[in-house]
Amino acid sequence: MKIDKEEIEYIANLSRIRLTEQERELFVHQLSSILSYIEKLNTLDTENVKPMAYTNKVSNVFREDELEPSISLPDVLINAPATKGCFFKVPKVIE
Amino acid sequence: MTYEVVIGLETHAELATITKLFCGCSTKFGVDPNTQVCPVCLGMPGVLPVMNKKAFEYAMKAAVALNCKIDEFTNFDRKSYYYPDLPKNYQISQNYHNLGVDGYMDISVNDAVSRIRIHNVHLEEEAGKLIHPEEVGADYSLVDFNRAGVPLLEIVSYPDMRRVDEVESYMQTLRKILLYTEVSDCKMQEGSLRFEASISLRKKGTDKLGNRVEIKNLNSMKSVLKAIEYEAIRQRDVLDRGETVDRETRLWDEVNEKSARMRSKEESQDYRYFPEPDLLPVLIDEKWLRAIKDTIPELPLVRRQRFIESFALSEYDASLLIDEKILADFFEECVKILNRPKAFCNWITNDLLREVKDRKLDIYHLKIKPKQLAALVEIIEKGTISSTIAKEVFSEMIQTGKDPKTVVEEKKLAQISDEGLIEEIIIKIISSNPDAIEDYKKGKKNALTFLVGQVMKETKGKANPKIVNDLLKEKVGI
Repeated sequence: MKIDKEEIEYIANLSRIRLTEQERELFVHQLSSILSYIEKLNTLDTENVKPMAYTNKVSNVFREDELEPSISLPDVLINAPATKGCFFKVPKVIE
Repeated sequence: MTYEVVIGLETHAELATITKLFCGCSTKFGVDPNTQVCPVCLGMPGVLPVMNKKAFEYAMKAAVALNCKIDEFTNFDRKSYYYPDLPKNYQISQNYHNLGVDGYMDISVNDAVSRIRIHNVHLEEEAGKLIHPEEVGADYSLVDFNRAGVPLLEIVSYPDMRRVDEVESYMQTLRKILLYTEVSDCKMQEGSLRFEASISLRKKGTDKLGNRVEIKNLNSMKSVLKAIEYEAIRQRDVLDRGETVDRETRLWDEVNEKSARMRSKEESQDYRYFPEPDLLPVLIDEKWLRAIKDTIPELPLVRRQRFIESFALSEYDASLLIDEKILADFFEECVKILNRPKAFCNWITNDLLREVKDRKLDIYHLKIKPKQLAALVEIIEKGTISSTIAKEVFSEMIQTGKDPKTVVEEKKLAQISDEGLIEEIIIKIISSNPDAIEDYKKGKKNALTFLVGQVMKETKGKANPKIVNDLLKEKVGI
């Protein structure tokens, strides 16, 4: 499967990353070859095979609705690039 | 051109658990920002979500109450999008195997019942809250993640509604069902219950749906209705000009009562759903489903019908009572103690609701108890107090939680039925109102009403009106 530059740009946009022209070229080739490799799976007959998302046989793992302590405000904000008072500060979100 | 308006609703309801969906942080409303968060709901690297069983069961309960089919297998999916209120950059939701599908809800408009189909009911996590500073020119927004990870139920209807009165009934009925099943507190002012509408127009008599417009930012039921009315007119004008309606998302502006298109970048969403690898699927067996079904109480419309049939109440009265489950429960408790449904209905829908409104009382924590209201109705029937005095007693009861007898004793409100005493008062009134007696003898019937009023005034409303009437007639000589 061939991926074109627009596709790369679209994915980059979804991922919120900026790519240089060189990187775009590089990823066109790399992603195309990855997809071609994966495409080999399409040669298998999967007509009667149910889609499987979980390899583990375990199911129904729950916790009870019981309070556990939250973490302290300084710890909450410690990794934030920007804060204001007790809030995380982010670039303006346009309404 | 005549068009038909086609409306569907998407509803989000926060579930009434005390902790979040995937961690033990509190869901309490109105606390200081970012004080109810932990590495899990902040989306720190390496953390693992663990499903809150109660949240899952609440979602099952709602799906059952909305007559959905519940598959044996359900799982969760990642919905990826980048927005500052979403710490993980994806929301754990359901897409491929929704918990409940193909349900319906009956609504009643002007006493005609119609059925609105439910496309699906699913469970997901809430996002954080963005705060936009009011200072002019501020180039930032603030984020509070207390709500991030709160369990959220999403209910998606089919586009089965045609008029705003149906939409209103749908919202009210759904709210009641969620309250009756106790899965959500449905406090709209706290954002526990939110609606999004999708609207399209088509020529009357055709089947093909027109392009659909979604409306967000609807903060009250009133906004939903206003936004739908606005949008129907906007689309009609577009179509009448011979243009086509764009498929888009619009934001409702509550202040100016109009909608505006959302930026196209934000609407062209590509969520890249895939099964959530950090959560295992959930298998629902017959036994578990049965146990959940057993917890569903009698639902509002059914209860209303029973109230009409078993207690001979009017549709209007029954609707008022079932409007709040807590009031309908109160009513039934009263009737169990004393079989006077009409009397209790009147007390609850008139006096009780008025006092609640005037004194801003919380109906979930009323001081007056059903057995006390029953006792009040009983002493009115016995003639211990008149129905006028009873209103005063009731007001005291609802404020203090005292028994009616205690209030009557403390305030000396017992009705005077002592004929000797009443006679003394009547003689006094007659001698000080000779004109009225003359008038009465001349045939002016309302002179008697005046005299009765005077006696009641003298006794501060406590004289037994029947005895007063009888004795007065006797005294003035008929």
